Amino acid sequence: MGSLALKNITKSFGQVDVIKGVDLEVQNGELVIFVGPSGCGKSTLLRIIAGLEDASGGSVEIDGAEVGSTPPSKRGIAMVFQTYALYPHLNVRDNMSLGLKQAKHPADHIAERVDFASKMLSLEPYLDRRPAELSGGQRQRVAIGRAVVRKPKLFLFDEPLSNLDAALRVNTRLEIARLHRELGATMVYVTHDQTEAMTLADRIVVLNGGRIEQVGTPMELYNDPANLFVAGFIGSPQMNFIDATLLNRDDAKTIGIRPEHISIVPADGDIKGRVSHIEHLGADTNLYLDCGEAGLLCARLFGEHQFEIDSELHAKFDESRVFRFDDQGKVIRRTN
Amino acid sequence: MSTARHSPARSIAAHAVLATYTVIALFPVFVIVVNAFKSRKAIFRTPLEFPNAETFSLVGFETVLKQGDFLLYFQNSFVVTVVSLFMVLLFGAMAAFALAEYRFKGNSLMGLYLALGIMIPIRLGTVAILQMMAASGLVNTLTSLILVYTAQGLPLAIFILSEFMRQVSDDLKNAGRIDGLSEYRIFFRLVLPLVRPAMATVAVFTMIPIWNDLWFPLILAPAEATKTITLGAQVFIGQFVTNWNAVLAALSLAILPVLILYLIFSRQLIRGITSGAVK
Repeated sequence: MGSLALKNITKSFGQVDVIKGVDLEVQNGELVIFVGPSGCGKSTLLRIIAGLEDASGGSVEIDGAEVGSTPPSKRGIAMVFQTYALYPHLNVRDNMSLGLKQAKHPADHIAERVDFASKMLSLEPYLDRRPAELSGGQRQRVAIGRAVVRKPKLFLFDEPLSNLDAALRVNTRLEIARLHRELGATMVYVTHDQTEAMTLADRIVVLNGGRIEQVGTPMELYNDPANLFVAGFIGSPQMNFIDATLLNRDDAKTIGIRPEHISIVPADGDIKGRVSHIEHLGADTNLYLDCGEAGLLCARLFGEHQFEIDSELHAKFDESRVFRFDDQGKVIRRTN
Repeated sequence: MSTARHSPARSIAAHAVLATYTVIALFPVFVIVVNAFKSRKAIFRTPLEFPNAETFSLVGFETVLKQGDFLLYFQNSFVVTVVSLFMVLLFGAMAAFALAEYRFKGNSLMGLYLALGIMIPIRLGTVAILQMMAASGLVNTLTSLILVYTAQGLPLAIFILSEFMRQVSDDLKNAGRIDGLSEYRIFFRLVLPLVRPAMATVAVFTMIPIWNDLWFPLILAPAEATKTITLGAQVFIGQFVTNWNAVLAALSLAILPVLILYLIFSRQLIRGITSGAVK
């Protein structure tokens, strides 16, 4: 098992700077997730850790050792790809054992590891099949198995669930969580899906435009975002942002309030609006209020609620959950 | 495959068009093969008839097999075609892989340079090529033909293959790198099998012009020992008298090897041509 340290990593493709100085420490046994919108550099960062790309500057350390000039296969890593990337001409068993064969492990040792991994991922019935004869979920389990067999210091996941349908995604997510618990392995996981990040991660790294916006546990990011970007990115439905002047407040530039911290009242709320759309999700009801200049406001109400479209309602904010942002988009902390 | 939308009239019309085209395309081949089995008189009197008991004759084949060294010509043609084909596919695929896979300065310029040969016919350089071959003592060797045909086939091969190689998943190649495969193993074991249909397409388009070529064998290797089959068949075409039996027999025989090679590649070929369209 291993730790990972990134020190001032930069990466440019020609004139374009994709990664602009990233520092990060990942502890032994931690599951760290990189999230961010597409093009934020999260996959590039993962490929730099894997050694598939060279960093333009800075250093990568795995288990305390600089690996800048170590080829991917010698870094003690294993990677799971979005498109599975199984070898089409090999059966499941050979797919899983190829890496160890290349590293010249003895045959009985390889068989033992393949056994262990296939038991763990219930792949035993498929060991002699080719990837083409497997379903998407099975293929991704084989890809994960191929990583487990290598007993890496560091697991790297590059959007492993993006090609799976919704039901499989939940199953495979649980599988990865179980794997992390049972192996106690260090994992770095890239996704653009914040639900995956919230449910799996020990710590989340929010990336934007090649920089780290904030690092923290899921609840830290939810309850105490550092800036507008993180506040908007974490949480679903998204946090509402309202220009402070429209609320007659002068203690901030922008006010942020999560949909779940808004209550609907007939009068005397913080802002009024017309009902423009209602989403009934069973457990929750999402209510969209058109608040004129302030834009569309989303409120998440628990249980079932009925409202007339176009009726006028007031939204009341839970003041203790209101976020205030300054001109730069930084959060203004409360001074109690 | 959906028959519901096709009315019988439309499908008959489509088949009629295709059948007409097939007849037109196969007609010269038919005439050659049929007349190869007839006596000289019958070739001129009834060129379109099948040979019957009276007109059937193998004199053409007898002449071909007796006169000249046809087995050797065949062998020459075969060696030149197969070796050139192998070199075109190997070097073409390697260059295409480098162009598609690696980022280096001048990558697209290099790609353009390598594709330039598609637009400029290699025959324009015949004189220079002959001088070069003469200077290096390669005139009248099969090597000279192989070198020229390899150069001739490479541009199109690189152009087509690099396009296909770009479509091979990066993740797969990266998975190979993480598992410790060398770039050569990645190329030969992972990428080449996936672009096999494209390779077959390139193989057919490269092979046929080489087999049929008369120009370079005539100029670079006209010696008896290095004659190819197309050149060998010319001995029967005289200035005043042409031995049609022998010419037709030689041509009939010359069709066979390409036909066999084509059948080997054709299953892959169809997949190669349609793979861009249906996926």
